[in-house]
Amino acid sequence: MGAPATFRIWRGDPAGGVFQDYTTQVEEGMVVLDAVHRIQAQQAPDLAVRWNCKAGKCGSCSAEVNGIPKLMCMTRLSNLNMNAPVILEPMHAFPVIRDLVTDVSWNFRAKKTIKAFKPRPPDAPDGTWRIQQTDVERVQEFRKCIECFLCQDVCHVLREHRKHDEFIGPRLLVYAAALEMHPLDTEDRVSDLRHIHNIGYCNITTCCRQVCPESITITENAIIPLKERVVDRFFDPMKRLFRIL
Amino acid sequence: MPEFQRFFYDVLVIGAGGAGLRAAIEASAGGARVGVVCKSLLGKAHTVMAEGGIAAALANVDDRDNWRVHFTDTMRGGQYLNNWRMAELHAKEAPQCVRELEAWGALFDRTADGKILQRNFGGHRYPRLAHVGDRTGLEMIRTLQDHGIHMGIEVHMECTVLRLLLDGGRVAGACGYDREKGRFLLWQAKAVVLATGGTGRVYKVSSNSWEYTGDGLALAYRAGAELQDMEFVQFHPTGMVWPISVRGILVTEGVRGEGGVLRNREGRRFMFDDIPDLYKEQTADSEEEGWRYTQGDKKARRPPELLTRDHVARCIIREVKAGRGSPHGGVFLDIAWIKDRLPKAEEHIKRKLPSMYHQFKQLADLDITREPMEVGPTTHYMMGGVRVDGDSQMSTVPGLFAAGEVAAGLHGSNRLGGNSLSDLLVFGRRAGRYAAEFAKANGLAAIDETELQATAAAALYPFERGPDGENPYQIQYDLQEAMQNLVGIVRIESEMQQALGEIGNLRQRADRAGIAGNREYNNGWHTAIDVGNMLIVSEAITRAALLRKESRGAQFREDFPAKDAEWGKFNIVVKLGADGAMLVAKRGLTPLTAELQAVIEEMK
Repeated sequence: MGAPATFRIWRGDPAGGVFQDYTTQVEEGMVVLDAVHRIQAQQAPDLAVRWNCKAGKCGSCSAEVNGIPKLMCMTRLSNLNMNAPVILEPMHAFPVIRDLVTDVSWNFRAKKTIKAFKPRPPDAPDGTWRIQQTDVERVQEFRKCIECFLCQDVCHVLREHRKHDEFIGPRLLVYAAALEMHPLDTEDRVSDLRHIHNIGYCNITTCCRQVCPESITITENAIIPLKERVVDRFFDPMKRLFRIL
Repeated sequence: MPEFQRFFYDVLVIGAGGAGLRAAIEASAGGARVGVVCKSLLGKAHTVMAEGGIAAALANVDDRDNWRVHFTDTMRGGQYLNNWRMAELHAKEAPQCVRELEAWGALFDRTADGKILQRNFGGHRYPRLAHVGDRTGLEMIRTLQDHGIHMGIEVHMECTVLRLLLDGGRVAGACGYDREKGRFLLWQAKAVVLATGGTGRVYKVSSNSWEYTGDGLALAYRAGAELQDMEFVQFHPTGMVWPISVRGILVTEGVRGEGGVLRNREGRRFMFDDIPDLYKEQTADSEEEGWRYTQGDKKARRPPELLTRDHVARCIIREVKAGRGSPHGGVFLDIAWIKDRLPKAEEHIKRKLPSMYHQFKQLADLDITREPMEVGPTTHYMMGGVRVDGDSQMSTVPGLFAAGEVAAGLHGSNRLGGNSLSDLLVFGRRAGRYAAEFAKANGLAAIDETELQATAAAALYPFERGPDGENPYQIQYDLQEAMQNLVGIVRIESEMQQALGEIGNLRQRADRAGIAGNREYNNGWHTAIDVGNMLIVSEAITRAALLRKESRGAQFREDFPAKDAEWGKFNIVVKLGADGAMLVAKRGLTPLTAELQAVIEEMK
């Protein structure tokens, strides 16, 4: 059942690199990561690739497959045009380490700038809370995030404009939304979202939502409600009037 | 001479899954300066894959539950080889650990009155698993990660640890390299917590990620620590079997908890055909009763699909061997059938088992709300590990602690589903606390610079041999093949002797491993290092399995198919001998206290 297929893989480091073609046998049911592993084991033992669970749960193997940000472990070859070489590149929004591996450490640093969870006092004398399932569900959507950073990769503010120092990107806006809408949280992050995290840079092109492997409705459910909170706080003329009075 | 960049900590935690992060948080809260070293990026450890839930006797759904029932279930599941002190502490402290997670932001599914919802799981008498759909592990690791990042813990991501360093028998730190650049690092520490997880990758069909090559077990072994219960490898009954490239990926027990049933190709629910005596009284005797149990009927007993994992796995193997399996060598797991019983079953399945729905849809082109899945056993968990003190989690090496899957004791010969996540929390917390105390009572130990240099030099040998040396990927593959075929679910003396021979050959090949390229993010190099650890662990599994001449829990010996009461008095301990050979010996169990014995009797 196997058939040869060609993979055009970017090989290089921060100094630069080139695409190199590898031809390997592929079989029914294989995903892109399987092919990369086969190439690594048989032809290019030092090919750098980051992966972990191979089940779409850890978000480690993010790369660009034929120009589209994807998890390599969840991209089936049967959904690609195998008559042409499959083009594999590292994510563009982050600095390259080697080959398909990028330095995503910025995401971890930026996350620390978001104020931590701060719960209200417990509802019951035994130190526990009472929360309704409906209140949990809204936030559970955001907490599905596997931190693959594909949304960060496709975000124009980061990818084209390189505003990593000013803007936290869709992943971390989803994180902020999960905290802001958490039924127990009492912290206020609205001012930070406007002034430090510059949520205003997002112009809602929905690119991030389209690449999310967990199908989180990033723009509509997370970013827009946060923008509304910012607008409500800082730009509502009636409220401004009240503040003056 | 290779240069080492040096770091100093009170407590060094190796591993950043649930146990490692929980230990780091606890040690940090106890005033220790904490460093965490992990093999992957933060938040990617295997904990993320845990689906079903965290076992804790919160009694939110069934008020008959309490720590004594949980303790008894755990002991019964482990066939009484468990470290009873750990089983006791685990059952007592798990509820508090779950509440702690909620206080740090975890959002569990809820009961109608707004408490944490609990679900049924194999071997647990009452609904006990706090959960978030079927992605509980992700919720747990993210909660710990996000809580931990505000505590000043230093994290070294994507590092390989090469060796634990000792000073006069006491732990002094660890050394390794960062994968990004291949720079050597020394982490000097007053206490070290191993939280490196398991070793599923020594088998070909495994639910584990690439990382689980038994590093912590091998590090502890080389440092002279005792390992225990290494013969007990859990094969989870339900892994994906098709397509081949996803073989082994886990299908959560939660599917069966929600009413999913196992059938052979004839459509028969074969689990009703063989119910062990130990569980007869707790198991449903009709399909009807089993269904009622999954729907929360407190008078009903659980369906046989929810018997312990070792038993379900063997029943599946039996069906497949008898020619009654599914087309790709498994059996059928059917959740779609519940549409006969429940309105809006499709939505219900998608809500309760979202990642399973997603996983099959994307990887196998199969809609689990309409068709049955094909499943078969997959290597899942290592019950054995570093032998530790039940209270403090300290190993036999002073200053070296172990928590989570890398430690032995809690689960005995077989782990119950859901007891892993609670294990990570309870014993991660304990290891962190006692490691911080140890660090307070002891200063920094000295580093043996000669050994440090020798370790670095040995790590670089594969580069000297270059691409003409043995291909490390091939050695790893051959080892996985050998372990799968010769020391798998059904074991026999002759095959295991053969396995020892193969492991010897593979070790010689590993000594000749060579790699191309340079030290920067070189997966070939990492594999060459991993293989050394995998060989030690494989040998330990095989030798322990050979010595235990009985079938119990996860170990099934075709040549000794019965359980032997005499063997029920011993654990098997593995240790590095003075001559470099592996020592394997029986070690008598510590007798249960009268109080705990009474608890077990009462629950019978």
